[in-house]
Amino acid sequence: MLNFFKKNPEAAQPEERSPTWAERLKQGLTRTRKQITGQFDALFSGGKIDEDVYEELETILLTSDVGISATQALLEEVRKEVKRQSLDDTTQLREALKEALIKLLEPLAQPLDTAGHQPYVIMLAGVNGAGKTTTIGKLAWSLQRQGKSVLIAAGDTFRAAAREQLQAWGERNDVHVIAQEGGDPAAVIFDAVNSAKARGIDVVLADTAGRLPTQLNLMEEIRKVHRVIGKALPGAPHEVLLVLDANTGQNAVTQVKAFDDALKVTGLALTKLDGTAKGGVIAAIAKERPIPIRFIGVGEQIDDLQIFNAREFVEALFA
Amino acid sequence: MFDNLTGRLAGVIKNLRGQARLTEENIQDAMREVRMALLEADVALPVVKDFIAHVKERAQGREVLQSLTPGQAVIQVVHEELTKLMGGGTASLNLAAVPPAIILMSGLQGSGKTTTSAKLARLLKEQKKKVLLVSADVYRPAAIEQLKTLGQQLEIDCFDSNAGQKPADIARDALDYAKRHFHDVMIFDTAGRLAIDDAMMDEIRQLHAQLNPIETLFVVDAMQGQDAVNTARAFNEVLPLTGVILTKLDGDARGGAALSVRHITGCPIKYVGVSEKVDGLEPFHPERMASRILGMGDVLSLIEQAQKNVDIDEARKLAEKVKSGKNFDLEDFKAQMQQMRKMGGVGALMDKMPAQVAGMAAGMSSEAGDKAMSRIEGIINSMTPLERRKPELIKASRKRRIATGAGVQVQEVNRLLNQFEEMQKMMKMFSKGGMAKMMRAMAGRFPGMR
Ligand SMILES: Nc1nc2c(ncn2[C@@H]2O[C@H](COP(=O)(O)OP(=O)(O)O)[C@@H](O)[C@H]2O)c(=O)[nH]1
Ligand SMILES: Nc1nc2c(ncn2[C@@H]2O[C@H](COP(=O)(O)OP(=O)(O)O)[C@@H](O)[C@H]2O)c(=O)[nH]1
Ligand SMILES: [Mg+2]
Ligand SMILES: [Mg+2]
Repeated sequence: MLNFFKKNPEAAQPEERSPTWAERLKQGLTRTRKQITGQFDALFSGGKIDEDVYEELETILLTSDVGISATQALLEEVRKEVKRQSLDDTTQLREALKEALIKLLEPLAQPLDTAGHQPYVIMLAGVNGAGKTTTIGKLAWSLQRQGKSVLIAAGDTFRAAAREQLQAWGERNDVHVIAQEGGDPAAVIFDAVNSAKARGIDVVLADTAGRLPTQLNLMEEIRKVHRVIGKALPGAPHEVLLVLDANTGQNAVTQVKAFDDALKVTGLALTKLDGTAKGGVIAAIAKERPIPIRFIGVGEQIDDLQIFNAREFVEALFA
Repeated sequence: MFDNLTGRLAGVIKNLRGQARLTEENIQDAMREVRMALLEADVALPVVKDFIAHVKERAQGREVLQSLTPGQAVIQVVHEELTKLMGGGTASLNLAAVPPAIILMSGLQGSGKTTTSAKLARLLKEQKKKVLLVSADVYRPAAIEQLKTLGQQLEIDCFDSNAGQKPADIARDALDYAKRHFHDVMIFDTAGRLAIDDAMMDEIRQLHAQLNPIETLFVVDAMQGQDAVNTARAFNEVLPLTGVILTKLDGDARGGAALSVRHITGCPIKYVGVSEKVDGLEPFHPERMASRILGMGDVLSLIEQAQKNVDIDEARKLAEKVKSGKNFDLEDFKAQMQQMRKMGGVGALMDKMPAQVAGMAAGMSSEAGDKAMSRIEGIINSMTPLERRKPELIKASRKRRIATGAGVQVQEVNRLLNQFEEMQKMMKMFSKGGMAKMMRAMAGRFPGMR
């Protein structure tokens, strides 16, 4: 940490930021949202429910990347609820929609528990630039704060300076990074798992190179990495964490399906929620391929990783 | 997912049979379908609204109303307008400045700025320009290292900055260096930043003022969703953007962000990124992008490419055999694969197929498919001409010989023979049911498909 501040005096001052991500999100979102439409608040401060109000709700969902079909399904649900409970006030309507979303996401809010295996192997996967390496840096920090010992495997042997990037995160955390010059990702991670076994390490964080689901050879490669980890330690990896960028539109659904088909994804991390993107596509994912949502990324600093909370997330969507 | 606009409009237009024309009401329905298609492709909602209002006017015009195939006429109008909106402007880089001509890169975290900087440098080097790469990303760990590595790979100068420096100082020193070393172009890579991060937006505004770049490029991920409008607007307010680069188009995102960003910034999309590798940069083709957004595939360029690269006579002969489903032997199988390769390989081919077809064939990839093809070719090459004509002759000992010759396992020879048999069956289907049926049958059976 010290090292990090020294190197980078201006970049790294988390305490200067707003205390909670929800507040930070809210600030950002309100601004943008006002820019787009301006008058949500007026529409939802009580008053009669009419088609305009439904259209505004639809706008909120669509502009948050919830996607057409999940949006329609959610609105259908809300319409039924309005009838069932004879709601007649726009504020109630908005609350009904929030509840529908929470009902959808709450069951997926399952924090990661690394007890039960030692070493517990977490393999990260995702498309290029989603935030895998950064998430590893943040995870190492939070796991160590929970008293776990951590080892990192530099499984991205493709991208220029990917290893150096991960090593920098290793230094910040004072965690050992297993890497090889060039080399085969499966071999690097295999080594790391064995080394963790020998040293009695609690958690192994395995980075992988970014890949698009259309690159079938690379999808095949990551399947091999997965298999090889299982050879080093039967039952591992215990968690396949798919990292999604909150900026992504409907393609995130495709990503989840493709990686899940290839690897059996056990958890999701949604990064870059500190921007103006709302990550609503997670609702579409929850409908089409429900997978536990573990973490959200809310910045580039080491402590900018949080446990996914459905209610906070939904509140931010409507902020 | 596979619902492309053509398919959806067909549903709307079906009700029109017998009427032969569009009515006010039908146009309303058609526009609703267009809206859905655009939203599914991640075009931002406000942009969709503007676009629909614009297109509706034209769709109500005489050309559409009087058309005998109003559905197609609507698609044509939509496609044309999308193309028009995304096109225009100079698509190449403007370097008309006192050297060094400066290119400033900007965008969100992970959008592809650093990779694209290297790709542009490579392109300019090919044009005999002396290029200097500069990284002022002092925030992301090893970001400077990343650009230096890429510069080394390409044998292009990379300014020696480090993460302890201030971006403004790097800008000053690099500019000075470029002048002294007579660089024609300086590509200035910056850290990714969020549009709402005021301090960081201020930083890049000042870098722009300091460098006075001739090109200020906004790098956008083709997978980006609705927020593309907000980001683009914010960057455009802070920086006088001159162009957009759309990255990761080798994925299967429909890429509606292209329209959103173009609409908001008014800047031409200059290039698209189509691979992680440094040669993966291509010019932007608005009409292809329009097809992609609409899920129509790039049929035109497929035909174009086929005409350019394929021996027409041979193709015709093959087509005849395929059609009849008779006498199609392993020699033909190989010839067919070679033709596919001439058309740019399996990957390139699938990219250009309509979404519907490509969707069915999902699982077929460029490299896996291409690799599988060359292995198959190797196996066929190890067969005698007789074996190629009569694959049924190939039994255990022949299989072993062929496998050894091609350097593969016997199982792979078996697999090929099975595939070939399937293929022959499909050929027969093709002669009966046409392309669509064949594509459906192909899913899972063709080399490289799952
Ligand atoms: N603002 C923000 N940026 C992030 C977050 N997570 C990652 N990033 C940035 O996104 C970019 C790509 O991240 P990286 O971890 O290298 O992605 P990878 O290619 O998936 O390993 C880097 O510039 C990171 O600093 C986040 O939660 N918020
Ligand atoms: N498949 C693919 N990957 C790309 C493309 N452009 C960039 N990338 C990858 O996206 C990730 C982020 O790119 P980078 O240049 O580091 O983004 P930056 O944070 O904006 O500088 C890296 O893994 C790149 O290899 C592209 O056109 N296609
Ligand atoms: Mg990485
Ligand atoms: Mg960069």
